[in-house]
Amino acid sequence: MPWQNNEDGDGTGGDNGGEKRNPWSQSGGNPSGQQGKRGNEGKGDAPKAAGPRNPWGDAPRPRGPNGDDRPKSSGAPDFDEFIRRSQEKLRGLGGGQGPGGGGGGGRGRPNIPWGLIAGGLVVILLATTSAYQVGAGERAVVTRFGQFNVTNGPGFHLKLPAPIDQVTKIQFEDIRTDLIGTADGDAENLMITGDGNVINIAYAVRWRIRNAEDFLFQVADPSATVRDATESAMREVVGRSTLNNAIGPERASIAEQVRERVQEILDSYGAGVLIQGVDINKADPPGAVDEAFKDVSAAQQDAQQFLNQARAYAQQISAQAAGATASFDKVFEQYRLAPEVTRKRMYLETMESVLGKVDKTVIEAPGVQAYLPLPELRRTPAPAPEAGAAR
Amino acid sequence: MTQRNLIFGGAVLALLLLLLAVSVVRVPEDRQAIILQLGRPVATVNTWQPKQAFGETGAGLVLKTPFVQNTVFIDKRIMSLDIPPQTVLSTDQLRLVVDAFARFRIVNPVRMYETVRTEERLAEELSRILSSRIRNELGAQRFDLLLSPERGRSMDNIQDAVNRSALAYGAEIIDVRIKRADLPPGTPLEAAFERMRTARQQEALTIRANGAKEAQIIRAEADAQAARVYAESFGKDPEFYSFYRAMEAYRKTFNQGNSSVVLSPSNEFLREFQGRRGG
Repeated sequence: MPWQNNEDGDGTGGDNGGEKRNPWSQSGGNPSGQQGKRGNEGKGDAPKAAGPRNPWGDAPRPRGPNGDDRPKSSGAPDFDEFIRRSQEKLRGLGGGQGPGGGGGGGRGRPNIPWGLIAGGLVVILLATTSAYQVGAGERAVVTRFGQFNVTNGPGFHLKLPAPIDQVTKIQFEDIRTDLIGTADGDAENLMITGDGNVINIAYAVRWRIRNAEDFLFQVADPSATVRDATESAMREVVGRSTLNNAIGPERASIAEQVRERVQEILDSYGAGVLIQGVDINKADPPGAVDEAFKDVSAAQQDAQQFLNQARAYAQQISAQAAGATASFDKVFEQYRLAPEVTRKRMYLETMESVLGKVDKTVIEAPGVQAYLPLPELRRTPAPAPEAGAAR
Repeated sequence: MTQRNLIFGGAVLALLLLLLAVSVVRVPEDRQAIILQLGRPVATVNTWQPKQAFGETGAGLVLKTPFVQNTVFIDKRIMSLDIPPQTVLSTDQLRLVVDAFARFRIVNPVRMYETVRTEERLAEELSRILSSRIRNELGAQRFDLLLSPERGRSMDNIQDAVNRSALAYGAEIIDVRIKRADLPPGTPLEAAFERMRTARQQEALTIRANGAKEAQIIRAEADAQAARVYAESFGKDPEFYSFYRAMEAYRKTFNQGNSSVVLSPSNEFLREFQGRRGG
């Protein structure tokens, strides 16, 4: 705050006040009067000249957010000397009206050196508008009588005073991001693909300034231009792609193509903008058809499931076949060595084990009708595994 | 005495400054200026030239005759021409809402000043021309061509056509681009959704059917393979196989032990039952 500086200056002025009060500290004592005068110059730095402390030391402070003191010391002595000398002169002239005290500059006394005050103001104006500070990541574009002169990077710079040189500072290094469409929420940003389908797409473009003077002078509203160009390029690239590619495998390559296209468009305008990247945050089927799309992936799962089941069956069947044939082969090998005996043995053993468990009725003579004990006849259905094994 | 001199000097200085102020024009880098002498354009300053670097342009201080001449500033930068979305009817009677924009620059400030005076009115005129051009040019296309990259050529046609009209206003169209091309909300969009939905349903059905088919083939192949293995093994002695298999079947069938069997003594099993018969 300049006014706080002003009070500081007043305080130190008070220390000096023992010897002589100068007109500056007087008017400093009357802030409203000072304010009025300074309003005319339109600069807040004027009170720096008030105190005996180095006025240059504080001058650029309101300009830069990070009041780095170091660069100011460079080139300061000349101005320092100059201003101190003019102060001395003013003090000498103003001394005559010292007793005027708090009444200050507001009263039209005949012996107030108006010309010198005006001259002093002009000097201060020149001094304070002849230097500027450029913060980190900024660029300052200097125009001389409106014509482009130079672009300066961060640091402390001198220039010709105000009406001649003008400085426009821009945030040069900032990477700006423009979101187009939203990645979440209900609002849909629909776009037609090359095969006539519709996708819901959300993306962002990241860009920064490449050339400060082009950025300032070449295109009106550069950020809207970046946005328009991105939308148009995205449309163009998606319009060449198909639905399946746009929502699936080619998302990354689409983003890259869009970046190149946007850069081309902006270069053709000479916009002085560098496209850092285009990020597709979302490329989905629209909500209205989302169910159908989900069903497709469900179908893929189903198909996979069918295949798994069939493969399990195949494994089972071939294992069964291998088992059955292996056991047959083993027995057959032995059978071949002694067919008669083996066959007989197998038959009898089987019959033994089979008939050992069931009710048996032996009917001696042929032609005798047997009345079977029906209640005991409980037929069992033919076992199912046999059908399988018979294959 | 000194005071009076000073005041006098100040007044003279102020007068000089005033004179200087009215006879000097400060033309910024992003503006072009027309100097009018009693309303008649006599000179232009800082007009746009291709490939001109900033700092070498005509921008800066320019002298003019005070009171007789005055200056008009015209934007030198590339400006945006944003038109409201247009509904385009393709030759096959489908509708598409097209949102286009153009970028233009004033290359002949005097012509522009004489015809439309301000940048705003120029933009109005150009957007009228552009929107009608877009409707005409895109309306003569089939719907699928509207969506295809072929559109690039029609954009060039539009740009050329609008450019011809724009030159009459001292402007140059640098680029015409389509920002969005959407199906109109309501029936056309719903129809597109329906088509997408049915296409997906078809895809899902196909995938399921193909899965089932594959599964069936796998089963059949396994069965065939098993049959081959069986045949290879059992074919070595079919007669023994049928015996062997019958034995196995008997064991399985009568395993429960709740059956009743009626046997004739002539049964093989009971052959020895009666002792040696004469045979």
